[in-house]
Amino acid sequence: MRKLLLDGLLRRPLTEPGPGAGDAALDELAAALDGAARRRLGRSLSIRQVDAGSCNGCELEIHALNNAFYDVERFGIRFVASPRHADVLLVTGPVTRNMREALARTWDAVPAPKWVVAVGDCALDGGIFAGSYAVEGGVSAVVPVDLHIRGCPPSPTELLKGLLALLETVDSR
Amino acid sequence: MPALIDLVLAGRRVDGHRPWPRAEVDADTWRFAAGQLAEGRWSLLDLWGEPGRVHMTLLEEPAATPAGAGIATVSLDCPGGRYPSVARHHPPALRLERTLRDLYGLEPDGLPDPRPWLDHDRWGVRHPLGAADRAAPPLPPYDFLPAEGEGLHQIPVGPVHAGIIEPGHFRFTASGETVVRLEERLGWVHKGIDGLMAGAGIERAAALAGRISGDSTVAYALAFARAVEHALEVEAPPRARLLRALMAELERLANHFGDIGAICNDASFAIMLAHCGVLRERVLRAAEACFGHRLMRDRVVPGGVAVEPANAALAALPDLVEEARRTFPALVELYDTSASLQDRTVTTGHLSTELARLYAAGGFVGRASGRGFDARRSPGYSPYDALSFEVPVREDGDVNGRVWIRIQEVGQSLSLVEQILAALRDGPIRSVLPAGGGEGAALVEGFRGDILAWVRIGPDGRVERSRLRDPSWFQWPLLEAVIEGNIVADFPLCNKSFNCSYSGHDL
Repeated sequence: MRKLLLDGLLRRPLTEPGPGAGDAALDELAAALDGAARRRLGRSLSIRQVDAGSCNGCELEIHALNNAFYDVERFGIRFVASPRHADVLLVTGPVTRNMREALARTWDAVPAPKWVVAVGDCALDGGIFAGSYAVEGGVSAVVPVDLHIRGCPPSPTELLKGLLALLETVDSR
Repeated sequence: MPALIDLVLAGRRVDGHRPWPRAEVDADTWRFAAGQLAEGRWSLLDLWGEPGRVHMTLLEEPAATPAGAGIATVSLDCPGGRYPSVARHHPPALRLERTLRDLYGLEPDGLPDPRPWLDHDRWGVRHPLGAADRAAPPLPPYDFLPAEGEGLHQIPVGPVHAGIIEPGHFRFTASGETVVRLEERLGWVHKGIDGLMAGAGIERAAALAGRISGDSTVAYALAFARAVEHALEVEAPPRARLLRALMAELERLANHFGDIGAICNDASFAIMLAHCGVLRERVLRAAEACFGHRLMRDRVVPGGVAVEPANAALAALPDLVEEARRTFPALVELYDTSASLQDRTVTTGHLSTELARLYAAGGFVGRASGRGFDARRSPGYSPYDALSFEVPVREDGDVNGRVWIRIQEVGQSLSLVEQILAALRDGPIRSVLPAGGGEGAALVEGFRGDILAWVRIGPDGRVERSRLRDPSWFQWPLLEAVIEGNIVADFPLCNKSFNCSYSGHDL
């Protein structure tokens, strides 16, 4: 283990520069957020992820945000275990009817001000699963959504762009 | 001892079901098959249905037959919507029969556990793929199985978990710190994929198949593609078969790296997660460079593969193999020599060889408990018949055993990637699918075990029915068994060492 740790100290970090906030995400957010809320958060966001019926592809890429290449915590973004500690719900999946109540109750548990980011093509409108008896057809059918990050699944870079846009917009100006 | 083929001969063989036979049988033969399952002569690969009919796919374990794995499907018409329960004799069928009842309204006579499974009474329709009753009375509240004793307490967990994980509910009954009983309640991410498949065109159905369990998107797309190819009697070109295997092995590597790190992280050993996470990311980046998508989604299609990989990216794959061979052994050594980590994984979550055999557990769960089944080897499929690899098997059956199977499989997959690259020749990558219909099935080895695909294509070239069975169906129930007697704090380790798919199971 000593050698691994020493190598880690001596080698250049793998972490890459952030991608900058996504333009599309900034546009979508400009309309969604009010200034008072922005000022309260400073440059930090706590995220609670909720899988509302995804195929688990989005979860894999959300996990990747924590690896050495993307290192999302350097931007002040961190994943928390309880909705009561969260500013943002990061929701994946077309929202299955079986998960509808759990998602709504998780949203209720997040203290205001709060935001919802819907991740993945099926979180937008149900995507390929739309029309099934078992899905609601998108996150906005159950809770209000502030930002959609498209992709099946979106890459970690796309996720970062969206989250950085959220951070920038939320941050006081 | 009757052979599986005798069972087929006892029924009416269905024309045009490939590659293994399917036969329509009577209720007595169905019951006989259930009895043989209970006696351990055969293994249950799947039990599924369609309106008015149930199907069951059976496996003669490769070790038991000189000719390798024998597989057959038997089908039973259900006049009046009833059929003899298999679960009554053979518990691995239980959740499958409960599901069949929820979705199609088919009633198993003698079902030992009549509670619903996927139906949480939220769909607004009962038996959505059967009679589709929209005015059904509400279901009674779901009763968890009792556990009685002095000082027992219950810990309900989920469906929303404290992490970036899929949703499921776990009901622990504990005596102090020790788990007395775990009961799973699944179905939260049921998307109705069986229903969406019916009537879909081949292209849409293939995309759906690749979205059943995102971590196995290549394996699912491959299983579905091969089932379609069997149904239509067409073969993917040799280059496509090699590229598919390349994608499948990259997917296996990415998942093994990620999960080995994540298991250690569940014992708060974060440095393994960090380093394994780097290896996983390297694999995903190589996959994106070669195939244009990090998870290689929608790249395997019926008839072949969708994209010709970039030559420069293929030429860079040996560097990935080299880096993994250079850096992974130090991580394995760290895992194996850290007493604090070994203390958590060795003897934890033990799965007996008997249970693994009874449930025909696939993947590293089965292979760590003495069941050496690997669909790449038996029944086998191209190009693996021409490649050299070993299937590691252990008998210790604990968290450590499952980690070690995956460590050994990393080595095998790296070697397979090299062999595939050496065998690649220029050529077409996609065969044209002929018009018409047919029935086909395929068994494909994903990273977590064997995925079974079955499809019936109508004369118009659209999917009439399709069924994809995740390996997790036969692993989830075993997780309930292995946690018994362990402490609650070791559940995340046990769970991650199984890493069952919620989405693949819930469909």
